[in-house]
Amino acid sequence: MPLDTSTLQQLLDTVQRFVRDRLVPLEQQVAREDRIPADVIQEMRELGLFGLTIPETYGGLGLNTEEECRVVMELGWTAPAFRSVIGTNNGIGSQGLVMDGTEEQKSHYLPRMATGEIIGSFALTEPEAGSDAGSVRTRARRDGDHFVLDGSKRYITNAPHAQLFTVFARTDPDTRGSRGVSAFLVPADTPGISLGKPDRKMGQQGAHVCDVIFEDVRVPADALLGGEALLNAGFATAMKTLDRGRLHISALATGTAERLIDESVRYALERKQFGQAIGEFQLLQGMLADSRTEAYAARCMVLDAARRRDAGEEVSMLASCCKLFATEMVGRVADRAVQIFGGAGYMEEYGIERFFRDVRLFRLYEGTSQIQQLIIARNMLKAAG
Amino acid sequence: MKVLVAVKRVIDYNVKVRVKSDQSDVDLNNVKMAVNPFCEIAIEEAVRLKEAGTAEEVVAVSIGPKVCQEQLRTSLALGADRAILVETDEELQPLTVAKLLKAVYEKEQPGLVILGKQSIDNDNNQTGQMFAALTGLPQGTFASKVEIDGESVKVTREVDGGLQTVALKAPAVVTTDLRLNEPRYASLPNIMKAKKKQLDTMSPSDLGVEVKQTFKTLKVEPPAERQGGIKVESVEELVDKLKNEAKVI
Repeated sequence: MPLDTSTLQQLLDTVQRFVRDRLVPLEQQVAREDRIPADVIQEMRELGLFGLTIPETYGGLGLNTEEECRVVMELGWTAPAFRSVIGTNNGIGSQGLVMDGTEEQKSHYLPRMATGEIIGSFALTEPEAGSDAGSVRTRARRDGDHFVLDGSKRYITNAPHAQLFTVFARTDPDTRGSRGVSAFLVPADTPGISLGKPDRKMGQQGAHVCDVIFEDVRVPADALLGGEALLNAGFATAMKTLDRGRLHISALATGTAERLIDESVRYALERKQFGQAIGEFQLLQGMLADSRTEAYAARCMVLDAARRRDAGEEVSMLASCCKLFATEMVGRVADRAVQIFGGAGYMEEYGIERFFRDVRLFRLYEGTSQIQQLIIARNMLKAAG
Repeated sequence: MKVLVAVKRVIDYNVKVRVKSDQSDVDLNNVKMAVNPFCEIAIEEAVRLKEAGTAEEVVAVSIGPKVCQEQLRTSLALGADRAILVETDEELQPLTVAKLLKAVYEKEQPGLVILGKQSIDNDNNQTGQMFAALTGLPQGTFASKVEIDGESVKVTREVDGGLQTVALKAPAVVTTDLRLNEPRYASLPNIMKAKKKQLDTMSPSDLGVEVKQTFKTLKVEPPAERQGGIKVESVEELVDKLKNEAKVI
């Protein structure tokens, strides 16, 4: 059930205040140390941020898509590494379970995910299977009432901190492509799982990604997500999970763009050249206006698609439109922000170059811009044909 | 012990305040409102007393228009057990607020009343003291520490140049200073649960209090704009200006 306006507003105000008073001042430290302080993660737990999208029955807030997007826009105001901590539990790390898990699986894991006691991680990508998610090579072989998993997963967000992996593995060796893949709920301490070294990345320091290697990992048959009914049908779960996730990332990109615009406007009023504030110059005003317009468009798109999803509409194509536009948009806004700041925009101290690097990832993960274009165009052609 | 906490709705402390063009008041149109920060400290202190087992119930009270419900909901989300709104659209001044609080106090009979030392809008710093005078209760204002042992309330006060500790006998009045505690953020699940907590509404006439204005605001002006500084050529010139122009050394 959607929240009433005043409760939602209070929720948003609280998140906004936490983000601006508590997280924003820590941005430089987190980037420098590549670590989010443990007490801040604890505060995020106490605030309830890990359970935004987990149903109330399982101890979460059960926010609908629009509410989730509005909260995420607030989180977008700070370095994306903070959002990453709670990102998987609210998105790809839990939604497969929420949408397709059996009752036992849900009540076993979701309450602890909602409190942030356990971190969930989504293990789909492999060295040979990125955008082409159907070419998963990790195998799950049935052995009595167990499955045995073998293979390696790459660039797995939050893997170094995860207690639970949703692992996609081929259960039918005779198939190729997306059929014959199943999803498994695998506790991270299962023997045979090892982690690679955290990858060194272009941005988003403080958020961690690494390889996850499965060697003879035995899990009971009830680790199969959704039970036997969903054997070989894991790909559909992955795609549904990514659908909602795309709106989440779009909302995040929108929030970050709004932060960069706020920084740009303040700098434009402060910085003086040729005897006046640089914001007085029309060429600069053009950049500000373009950024504002595009961020506003993204906000409208995200909220519209989210409301449609909440009303029960199928929004795959719209979610892709949002992801494509919002993430490309924040790339342009970040680029303009560097330009408006001039030399200062290139310096670490001002934090603009950090955002410029951080937002680059938005165009890549949970489906690259090119994958979004394909989804959009295929939907268009299918509808017309 | 029951604790009564007064909560005022004020302009959010992050908002840049603007004065209306006719200088009659501050412009409140489309301005974000919040719980007065000192009242937030008061709620936090009451909730901590409850968590420590010293207080059994925390009741938040606000006086003002219907929208003050928002600030009461925040108080409930922060841990108050129930809330009371004394609803009125009339202009409120400290003496009236103190009288209304007295009426609520008499109904509720709390062992401790905690208020912010002042609100960040008008900075009157009067309500707590007036309330104590009207009720005849002992008061510990500008508290930076509150210790309760049975009926004894020990309050450490921040006074000019140091600290003063006073002992009061409950029921007593405490007004909070900045350093008393650091208020928590309401958790998101508690914000949602707050909706289900009890919030009673009453009017000043229900409490037998007439809303009266004891003073009239003649004019509101923003602070003078800061003038640009000057650059001095030498240390000697600086010292000379500080001595002879600014007369600060």
